[in-house]
Amino acid sequence: MRSSKGFSVRTIVAIGIGAALFIVLARFGSIPTGIANTNLQTNYAILALFALLYGPWAGLLIGLIGHTLADLISYGAPWFSWVIASGIAGLLYGLFNRGARIEEGQFGIKEIIRFNIGQIIANAVSWFVAAPVLDILIYAEPGDKVFTQGLVAGGLNILVVAVLGTLLAAAYAKTRTKRGSLTREA
Amino acid sequence: MAVKLLAYSDIASPVHRLNGVTKLLCFIIGSVTGMVIYDTRCLLALLAVSLTAFYLSKVPFKQYSFVLYLILIFSLLNQLAIFLFAPEQGTLIYGTRHELLHIAGHYSLTAEQLFYQFNVMLKYAVVVPLALLFLLTTDPSEFASSLNRIGVSYKIAYAISLTMRYIPDVQQEFVNISTAAQARGIDLSRKEKPGRRLKNAVSILFPLVLSTLERIEKVSAALELRGFGRGRRRTWYKTRPLTTTDAAVLTAAVLLSAAAFTVTFWDGSRFYNIFV
Amino acid sequence: MRKPVIEFERFTFQYRAQSEPTLHEIDLSIYEGEKVLIVGPSGSGKSTLAHCINGLAPHFYPGERSGGLKIMGEPADGWNIAELSDRIGTVMQDPDGQFVGLTVAEDIAFKLENDGVAHAEMVRRVEEAAAEVDFLDFLNASPQELSGGQKQKTTLAGGLVGGAPILLFDEPLASLDPHAGRSTVELIDRLHRESKRTIVIIEHRLEEMLHCPVDRVIVIDDGRIAADLPPEQLLCSDLLRAKGIREPLHLTALRYAGCEVTPEMRPRSVETIELEPGAGRLRSWYEANAAAPETAVREPLLELNGITFGYDPARPVLRDVSLSVGRGEILCIAGRNGAGKSTISRLICGFHKPIEGSIRLEGRDLLDDSIRERAQRIGFVMQNPNHMLSKPLLYDEAALGLLNRGVPAEEIRERVHETLRVCGLYPFRGWPVSALSYGQKKRATIASILVLRPDILILDEPTAGQDFRHYNEMMRFLLELNRGGMTLILITHDMHLMLEYGQRAIVLSEGRRIADAAPARILGDAALVEEAHLSETSLHLLARRAGISPEDEFVARFIRSEKELTS
Repeated sequence: MRSSKGFSVRTIVAIGIGAALFIVLARFGSIPTGIANTNLQTNYAILALFALLYGPWAGLLIGLIGHTLADLISYGAPWFSWVIASGIAGLLYGLFNRGARIEEGQFGIKEIIRFNIGQIIANAVSWFVAAPVLDILIYAEPGDKVFTQGLVAGGLNILVVAVLGTLLAAAYAKTRTKRGSLTREA
Repeated sequence: MAVKLLAYSDIASPVHRLNGVTKLLCFIIGSVTGMVIYDTRCLLALLAVSLTAFYLSKVPFKQYSFVLYLILIFSLLNQLAIFLFAPEQGTLIYGTRHELLHIAGHYSLTAEQLFYQFNVMLKYAVVVPLALLFLLTTDPSEFASSLNRIGVSYKIAYAISLTMRYIPDVQQEFVNISTAAQARGIDLSRKEKPGRRLKNAVSILFPLVLSTLERIEKVSAALELRGFGRGRRRTWYKTRPLTTTDAAVLTAAVLLSAAAFTVTFWDGSRFYNIFV
Repeated sequence: MRKPVIEFERFTFQYRAQSEPTLHEIDLSIYEGEKVLIVGPSGSGKSTLAHCINGLAPHFYPGERSGGLKIMGEPADGWNIAELSDRIGTVMQDPDGQFVGLTVAEDIAFKLENDGVAHAEMVRRVEEAAAEVDFLDFLNASPQELSGGQKQKTTLAGGLVGGAPILLFDEPLASLDPHAGRSTVELIDRLHRESKRTIVIIEHRLEEMLHCPVDRVIVIDDGRIAADLPPEQLLCSDLLRAKGIREPLHLTALRYAGCEVTPEMRPRSVETIELEPGAGRLRSWYEANAAAPETAVREPLLELNGITFGYDPARPVLRDVSLSVGRGEILCIAGRNGAGKSTISRLICGFHKPIEGSIRLEGRDLLDDSIRERAQRIGFVMQNPNHMLSKPLLYDEAALGLLNRGVPAEEIRERVHETLRVCGLYPFRGWPVSALSYGQKKRATIASILVLRPDILILDEPTAGQDFRHYNEMMRFLLELNRGGMTLILITHDMHLMLEYGQRAIVLSEGRRIADAAPARILGDAALVEEAHLSETSLHLLARRAGISPEDEFVARFIRSEKELTS
């Protein structure tokens, strides 16, 4: 049901609770890669999945709210350039998957390819471009440093979304299988 | 799993008594000013103000000590990274080069670099107390109403309130699911090979996602049943009228920020150059 | 002339995703000031009926409706959910999902905030509503600090605060312990008596609801109204048993004793029933049935000795708890929320290490065994199956634990198939887990643990949220496992489950073990029952009223003949 202005109640709740999940995973759900201080951030797979399910605006807001609060809670101050980049990533994940019908159990090869091309572009724009450029503009940090950091973070996020995001979306689509299509085996 | 979240506590201090809206605006004004300006004099002045406010709030040290250590480690790493990637950034910005010490290869320590990195540190030091102060002295319930009051749509403001309401619940669920998974041999720690860890993560994330989606359905039904979203505006239970103190603090914050911007950009650059 | 406030007329509802209507041609009127109980097994359509009344169907759960539905004399079609909420306050079964505020006061105020009520009036009305449910002292508490019963009081106040003349309860007892459930039933009754509100309650736990009077009971079965009777008449018919709804235990006992129950005897509750002709028969039935045999002494399999534990060592959750589980036994662990029940199972599984004390399996100390090593011997099944199911397909789910242990593929196949057969899930092995029913999902989680061939199975609330038929199915399945040699530890506050299936029960209170005895004896001890947040069963009260002593021996004999009759 669309309510009087803009977002449906379901979308608002998805943004709120999706951001809570994003934050919890930011704190506890990162997987060490084996290289010092670099972790796979599983919460970006969740961001991509929620943007796929609830649309680009939900993605944008989960990224912005989730990253801001996660930073506030763990570092005391949000690092705004990366917060904005997370928002852009969420927005783009959603935009590239507009009209996907995962709710109806559709997530085959075609959708997987589209999802992944979309997420690669989204991550590239956010971490290779937006985050470092904003770092330079806002914090006047040195270019070499921020572009390298962006490259590493973006690359890892592409990997996480490609593996975890795709698997989660495919598994979710399977839960939407119609009951009528099943028969018991002897 | 010990959970160390920064938490609001109810202490009688002038800062706690300020309205949530005032603190939110001060935090935003302070952060934006701190982010944009690079003028050492202004940064030092702002730091003095934000530390004074922090002192007035009487928040006990142990409430934020853990986070403070994290911040220190984070900013040290950041400082190191800046030096490793761009040892001549200071020279680039200030246009002069006073070498103090040659280290190795093209790495030397210059006065300009030191001064530049000192400024980076200052910027962070200005924002952190403001953010901590906002977080530690604002009743989370006032957060949403304050956002709505400064013009954020009430639906988005409420989404943020829902985030804070459900962080503990989602966290508990994550802990439950991952311990049960561990009993079945699903491990995310260094004991497993990296590729395996990623695969194992799906086994934990998948039930977590499904139960989160289920929760979203339940909570949205509950919101609908109690009339959420019916009007163009809503009122808030946790809200207080702005007092004259609030007005005074806000005016001071705006004036201070304006002064900082004026002083900084007087000569057309956001940097304060001590080398010419 | 009574004024109808809810009128269904040849009302049919079909969810968009389903091929058949869930409700068929419902004709039902509920009158102003009435208190009506709607019962029915899972899947009968009783929740859908509630959703049609409060507007969730079709506004939130899309679907087609036909026929008429009037609320307060006006057609419901013209109103959206928010407008309906001005007339009907809903209290849902999951207080966690419904408690959306950061504190009690904000949650109660939620409806008023959305209606745009001014601040001063809002504060006044929140206080009034909180006072009405007797919860004024907790206005600043956060949901994490509250028990299930307290959260429910909050949502109840949140339903009252809007001033709606109709209150709708959707399974209000589902997530409460027996004591909190009883208080809720009494609270609803008080609200009904003191105000002129119309009360509609959807619930399958009939006995608990009938602790207080209701005007009518409506039985829903297969989307249709199967009965619409005053409780006294319904209880004297065979309808309940035919529709798979559990009749109050005191009536079952009277039936066993060969007493005929008539509406004139006021059979609604064990407190109201006329026992004059029945007491003698009950006594002779009691004497005719042999005493329950002493339970055999069992060789201890798992032993906990002097366990002390706390997340914060200064405030231990468990203090010096000792217990032992015999091989092949069914042990229940009971106690109120926060008494340390689930902490014990977490310690046994190795999720935490005790500060003091030892845990031994077959005499060997488990201290140095990892979570994974213990899981080989001790299986833990969580309450919510959705928290454990991590693979989309049933076969993969059951195979996961073996796969992670590097068992060869051929052996995995064999063991998975064998386990799925035991669990009655073999025909579904190629199905997605999501297509299984709740009970099947629960069995799927048990299967995923059983493949590891543990010696002990710990189950947290194995029957929570299931109706009588599913409860029976689940427990018969567990009994089957137990007969095959599996030792079971059941963590529960379901008294019927303890009575019927527990061979022994441990009661925890504030981190201490306060009892270790046969369930019938524990439930007959008023002080223990009070401390553990249980409540006295109707069987104990029946025995006392009929002058049978000891009461727990009567209960034990009842349970035994019930098992003989149903197995």
